[in-house]
Amino acid sequence: MTVLLAVEGVSKRFRGLLAVDGVSFQIARGSIFAVIGPNGAGKTTLFNIIAGAFAPNGGSIAFGGERIDGLTPDEICRRGIGRTFQVVRPFPALSVEDNVLIGAMLRRHDPASARRHAHEVLARLELFGKRHQPASTLTLPDRKRLEVARALATDPKLLLLDEVMAGLRPAETDRMVSILRELNRDFGLTILLIEHVMRAVMALAARVLVLHHGAAISEGAPDAVVRDPAVVQSYLGAEAVD
Amino acid sequence: MIARMLDGVPGRGLAVLAGLLAVLLAAPWVANDYVLTVLIIVLYSAYTGQAWNVMMGFAGQLSLGHAIYVGLGGYAAAALYVHFGVAPWLGLVAAVAIAAACGAVIGFLAFRFGVGGVYFAILTIAFAEFARIGFDHFRWVGASSGFFLPVANYTRNDLWNLRGDPTMFYYVMLALTVAAFAICHVLLKSRIGYYWQAIREDEVAARSLGIDTFRYKMYAIVLSAGMTAVAGVFFAFYYNNLFPEQVFHISRSIEMILGPIIGGIGTLFGPLVGALLLTGLSEAMQELLTALRLDVPGAKQVFYGLCLLVVVMALPGGVWPWVAGKLGLTGPRS
Ligand SMILES: Nc1ncnc2c1ncn2[C@@H]1O[C@H](COP(=O)(O)OP(=O)(O)OP(=O)(O)O)[C@@H](O)[C@H]1O
Ligand SMILES: [Mg+2]
Repeated sequence: MTVLLAVEGVSKRFRGLLAVDGVSFQIARGSIFAVIGPNGAGKTTLFNIIAGAFAPNGGSIAFGGERIDGLTPDEICRRGIGRTFQVVRPFPALSVEDNVLIGAMLRRHDPASARRHAHEVLARLELFGKRHQPASTLTLPDRKRLEVARALATDPKLLLLDEVMAGLRPAETDRMVSILRELNRDFGLTILLIEHVMRAVMALAARVLVLHHGAAISEGAPDAVVRDPAVVQSYLGAEAVD
Repeated sequence: MIARMLDGVPGRGLAVLAGLLAVLLAAPWVANDYVLTVLIIVLYSAYTGQAWNVMMGFAGQLSLGHAIYVGLGGYAAAALYVHFGVAPWLGLVAAVAIAAACGAVIGFLAFRFGVGGVYFAILTIAFAEFARIGFDHFRWVGASSGFFLPVANYTRNDLWNLRGDPTMFYYVMLALTVAAFAICHVLLKSRIGYYWQAIREDEVAARSLGIDTFRYKMYAIVLSAGMTAVAGVFFAFYYNNLFPEQVFHISRSIEMILGPIIGGIGTLFGPLVGALLLTGLSEAMQELLTALRLDVPGAKQVFYGLCLLVVVMALPGGVWPWVAGKLGLTGPRS
């Protein structure tokens, strides 16, 4: 396996709180990797460090063999990491199409070819029919899709998805799962997803990392991780595996 | 180029645009001097409103000190003309460069150190005030007692030296307004325009899509400052006098932004529609007050305040998007 993303002993402290505590893991190129853990475990913070929103207090991150920790979010995107936001951040006054177009313009300076690419991405995320609507009029599930579409339009090598299934109905979750699987299969897109919906994690991820109070308490194949006593006690014990 | 500019404009919109342009081109033949003077003010407001719109309407950066660029541009070209006999069209180059450099300094200080929103607006006011106080003591350009361009009776229009009758100034201002309009239209349809809108809508999301927000905000302020300086050159040669108390005053900055706010921030036609409405209504009110032999100090300001209130309450997006929607002229944001 070739490693696409290598996270090495990364930590992040918010005043007194150690939100991410010496976390290390590696993601193989072309794989789907999930991070799970209870609320406040530090998943989004870890994500923000990888995406450049926060500089880590310690540790290092390498993407495709190059150090990226400490780079700005836009530099990291240009290196080939796309991200979504757990609390969605569409460009509300712009149309759905223009939202995605702006992502597509990163690697296509000509508006016409950027628009063609945006259309392809919109079709893949099943938003094509709503492309002329202002993003502010979308329902939550569609906004989650728009987050994915916009990030995807930047042609990332690694896609970071922060709870894109949250708030989706089971049928919608299944659609998203199959969309992500197609992206992974058709383009060899590597995906790092944070997810509470265990059904999606079990269906998608080859490997799972479990965070608890900022620390990695378990890592492995999904079925092994859910049987790990430490995981059952700290996390899954409270919530049923659906 | 032309094809690209007209791209995406519905036929009906195109017809209205052509009609408007024809009316504006023909205006000097039918209008008397008074109407022509009012039209010059309308176009001047539309132009400066469009320049300001680049920053606030497109890129979402609120400047409340845009008078600084008018002043710098006006003083630069006027000083070059008076002291060295440099023609205004050459002085314009220096005027734009100085104002753009000033914009770059303000932008660098603000955007590099993460000053945004209200704090950025206050910074722009502070710079305009510095300039006002500085020019009050700047003897080379007359300090607080004002700077004057030589006025003589011109037998013919001298376009190269911008000396002539109102009709000439009218066409100059019309050309500038059309140019500003065309530039903004092209920019909005290109990558830079989309990136500006992304920054305006959500800067964090914009960065996550690979947009170097610092760079694009710098482009916006430098372009906006340079465009505004051109209006300053016009102002100096049209009115033939410059007083720091007047050109740099915050009320000038505020007047500049009322047009686009009332017409529709971030839209192409907003500044023009707003300028037409505000100037037209305020002239009408002036006529009314004169006819009634009333002399109310500050009536104009109160009137502007009321207009703003009505629009903000009834049409928060501005008059133009509402009108355009009613007439089916364009999409929601053009
Ligand atoms: N910007 C911040 N400043 C201060 N504390 C923060 C900040 N961001 C997160 N935290 C804290 O860090 C801890 C980890 O938060 P984080 O958002 O990473 O959790 P999470 O695992 O994503 O949780 P959830 O499942 O609810 O999304 C929490 O205690 C949170 O309050
Ligand atoms: Mg989270």
